[in-house]
Amino acid sequence: MKRLWFIVVFLLGTLPAVAHGDELDVTEIIYEHTGDAYSWPLFSWGDREVSLPLPLIVRSADGVWQCFLSSELPCRGFAIAGEGEEYAGKVVELTPDGPVRPLDLSITRNVLSLLMSSALLVLLVLLCARWYRRHDVLKEAPSGIAALLEPLIVWVEDEIVKDAIGPDYKRYSPYLLTAFFFILLNNLLGILPFFPGGANLTGNIAVTLVLALCTFLATNLFGNRHYWKETLWPDVPVFLKAPLPLMPLIEIVGLFTKPFSLMIRLFANIFAGHAMLIGLLCVIFVTAKMGAVINGSMMAVSVLLGVFMDCLEVLVAFIQAYVFTMLSAVFIGASRQTNH
Amino acid sequence: MSLLLPETGLLFWMVLVFAIVFFILAKWGFPVITGMIDRRSEHIEQALRDAKEAQERLAALEQEHRDMLEQTRREQARMVKEASDARSQLLSDARADAEKEAATLIAKAREAIAAEKEAALADARREIALLGVSVAEKILRDKLSDADVQKALLDRLSDEALRNTDNS
Repeated sequence: MKRLWFIVVFLLGTLPAVAHGDELDVTEIIYEHTGDAYSWPLFSWGDREVSLPLPLIVRSADGVWQCFLSSELPCRGFAIAGEGEEYAGKVVELTPDGPVRPLDLSITRNVLSLLMSSALLVLLVLLCARWYRRHDVLKEAPSGIAALLEPLIVWVEDEIVKDAIGPDYKRYSPYLLTAFFFILLNNLLGILPFFPGGANLTGNIAVTLVLALCTFLATNLFGNRHYWKETLWPDVPVFLKAPLPLMPLIEIVGLFTKPFSLMIRLFANIFAGHAMLIGLLCVIFVTAKMGAVINGSMMAVSVLLGVFMDCLEVLVAFIQAYVFTMLSAVFIGASRQTNH
Repeated sequence: MSLLLPETGLLFWMVLVFAIVFFILAKWGFPVITGMIDRRSEHIEQALRDAKEAQERLAALEQEHRDMLEQTRREQARMVKEASDARSQLLSDARADAEKEAATLIAKAREAIAAEKEAALADARREIALLGVSVAEKILRDKLSDADVQKALLDRLSDEALRNTDNS
């Protein structure tokens, strides 16, 4: 609900601009909200948009690292490329040869969100661990943060990790638990419409790429002999693997498609959720010119559907964290299997 | 739009931050929690096993107790039966002894009575004989005033007597 109001308020802020512009560019709004930015819009006040400026860390063409706030832009030969230009919306260095994209390690909205959510995650889990250190687990039922996290941890470990990996699950459970809680927390924070939430972190391909890469490494670095034998010399009729190594080829491609599917699934689900929600709310502003009756009824439809989508998003936040963790566990489990 | 192209900056930060988060959580976070949870579930399992064992032991004890009670009852019944047997045995023995005693007593009494009777009869017979003799004497004394008659009678009498003794 709060997300709705945030967006409504935000879009009302942009409305005057839209009103004497010609058409409302819904695509642009969606990309703006789901993408990254160099500042964090907090709220609008009349025509004025109040946003949190974020630090930029860029390396210019001459190899010098520069650090400044996004509110200072354009400065020191840097500027944000405008609409329709190359690298639109990104920081570019203005050189005589035209705009050049510098090495950009800025603390963008997504990076700040990542830092905050990670700090929160570490804090939560360490507080939970501290509870266990300070209390006699045999005499006391968990309370506070431990009572909140314990059921989830037990569920992930018992239902996902232990089932999929088997006897040596203990080695992998820290990674899978970290991945689960990281994805879950960021999904939920993404649904939160106001600062410090609202960034579309798990709907960003860079984030899901790193997560999928971790699963890929966990699967293939510790794969046992049986796993590699199954991959390179699978149990199929000989003509399928020699002289043309058809099956091994397919298996090797499969090594990469599995984490690739993890990456795309998480990204697409979260991105689509955000995009749909914003799209639904844009209906209000798209129909603004069509008269009060249509606009009013569409507003009701849009808000109702928006509420429904928000509830769905909470569900999706859990499901996607669960699916990513479970599939990772299954892939790792396959690499640790000793026989069929 | 570079939707599917990861940005270098975010990629860099994500690798760095996720590595740090993973390191911290894998070292001081999750293993502590899962270890404690495992410890607790082991403890609960152990407690359940203990409880089951205790219950079994209790059941065995109860069974033993019941067996002992049963045995005691049987023993008691046996003892009561033995006592009653002994009593009846004793009684019957006593009765038999008494009967035997009585029988001997009666027999002795009968014998004594018979002997008495015999003796009485013998006495009576002797009295009667003496009486007879004295009566006869008196009669004879009257009748046998003379010697001849006396003599003839004596002879006859003695003959008769002799005959009598022979016959008897």
